[in-house]
Amino acid sequence: MASSSVAADMELDRPNLEDYLPPDSLPQEAPRNLHLRDLLDISPVLTEAAGAIVDDSFTRCFKSNSPEPWNWNIYLFPLWCFGVVIRYGILFPLRSLTLALGWLAFFAAFFPVHFLFKGQDKLRSKIERKLVEMMCSVFVASWTGVIKYHGPRPSTRPHQVFVANHTSMIDFIILEQMTAFAVIMQKHPGWVGFIQKTILESVGCIWFNRNDLRDREVTARKLRDHVQQPDNNPLLIFPEGTCVNTQYTVMFKKGAFELGCAVCPIAIKYNKIFVDAFWNSKKQSFTMHLVRLMTSWAVVCDVWYLEPQYMREGETAIAFAERVRDMIAARAGLKKVPWDGYLKYNRPSPKHAEEK
Amino acid sequence: MGNASSMLTQYDIEEVQEHCNYLFSQQEIVSLYARFCQLDRSAKGFISEDEFLSIPEFSLNPLSKRLLRMVDGLNFKDFVAFLSTFSAKASLRQKIELIFKVYDIDGKGKITFKDLLEVLQDLTGSFMSEEQREQVVTKVLEEAGYTMDCAFSLEDFIQIIDHPGLKMEVEVPID
Repeated sequence: MASSSVAADMELDRPNLEDYLPPDSLPQEAPRNLHLRDLLDISPVLTEAAGAIVDDSFTRCFKSNSPEPWNWNIYLFPLWCFGVVIRYGILFPLRSLTLALGWLAFFAAFFPVHFLFKGQDKLRSKIERKLVEMMCSVFVASWTGVIKYHGPRPSTRPHQVFVANHTSMIDFIILEQMTAFAVIMQKHPGWVGFIQKTILESVGCIWFNRNDLRDREVTARKLRDHVQQPDNNPLLIFPEGTCVNTQYTVMFKKGAFELGCAVCPIAIKYNKIFVDAFWNSKKQSFTMHLVRLMTSWAVVCDVWYLEPQYMREGETAIAFAERVRDMIAARAGLKKVPWDGYLKYNRPSPKHAEEK
Repeated sequence: MGNASSMLTQYDIEEVQEHCNYLFSQQEIVSLYARFCQLDRSAKGFISEDEFLSIPEFSLNPLSKRLLRMVDGLNFKDFVAFLSTFSAKASLRQKIELIFKVYDIDGKGKITFKDLLEVLQDLTGSFMSEEQREQVVTKVLEEAGYTMDCAFSLEDFIQIIDHPGLKMEVEVPID
């Protein structure tokens, strides 16, 4: 009968059917009431919803813990104040100065090279690459970056893509310091956008807009073209699609894994000992984030270059992405979460809700 | 903790605790406050619909719309009072009352055939057609000895749904 088969479908939604009372403790009319009760008992669904309100694994990925100053004691407090004075009064101006000088030197060298060497593209690219690397080193110095690199340096070969987990925009700077990567990034407003447009073009970066759906196809094509060329800088992709705090990784987007070439994972782990390098883009602008880094003692992080991976027989892009994500999470000690990073910006579509 | 506009004082905690009939411990209330501030990103003092929907797990829940009508715009005290129904210490009656309110979302005091259909629709989506749903609900009601134009009051509802295995509990993480 139609209703019993449909009722059977509904039983799949009702995990608590096994919680039935033994028949002898039920009053006589109960066998009929049992059906109605099952229909009406929405408690598991409500429990899930309340559970999500109280705590959910997605928001945890983007929680930035506010720094706890260790100044609660009578003798720690003056020490801490002294530390603050040094950090804000001495280190910060020194670092800003270094940064400013670095920028000046960079621009003084970059623009002439860019225009004078217009004919000799190869030479120009080489010089520009070196300049960008130098500029990134200046940046890293400006927050006293203590960075340990493990593993073989990336080589410039065609048909390879580098993927890394993403905590802050400084990931790019840290990696760029070692090797000139071409990176694929979200278009940003402000001075970052300006730098994106002018300088990073020279290392072959690709821009996209998260909110533009058609952009995806164009970007996919650009990616494919890029990896074919032997002269291009190795391509660096952050498959999480957004900045995640230093304890979790969200699902990787499959785009980087469908290009039919080797995928070299890079794991980045920041040590929160002096400062939390997670950039909570909803809470502060990039400038403020940089200022925070520059007024802390140091940024400590580890970078591991892992073994290049190839897609296995019969493996889908998504499975491949998950495998690489496992590797990176294991290496960097991060917890995996089954959510799409873009949920930070968009609602889950009604399709997903229906599937549930 | 987060961007709290004001820190919770001991008085506040006690007031909130009283409001929820002491169903939460003080530590749990502090945790809930941190969570509240985390969700209330613009520090308005209440969590808007949008902010609830930014929790993917919640947004994907089939009953999220109905629950939203109950939690939208609650200040912290009422937020805790709402969640207190899910505490392990809450009475079964209180939990069943909440389920009743979810069905009777427009607060008429009675659950009608229409309410049952609507909740079933929320839960099954496009897996069942409107006729199938009507069939199921009618059949189940008949088997239980009710007709289509029945209207359940709270007491009727409690009688039907009450069974000792009914659990609706959420644990508040305390760090």
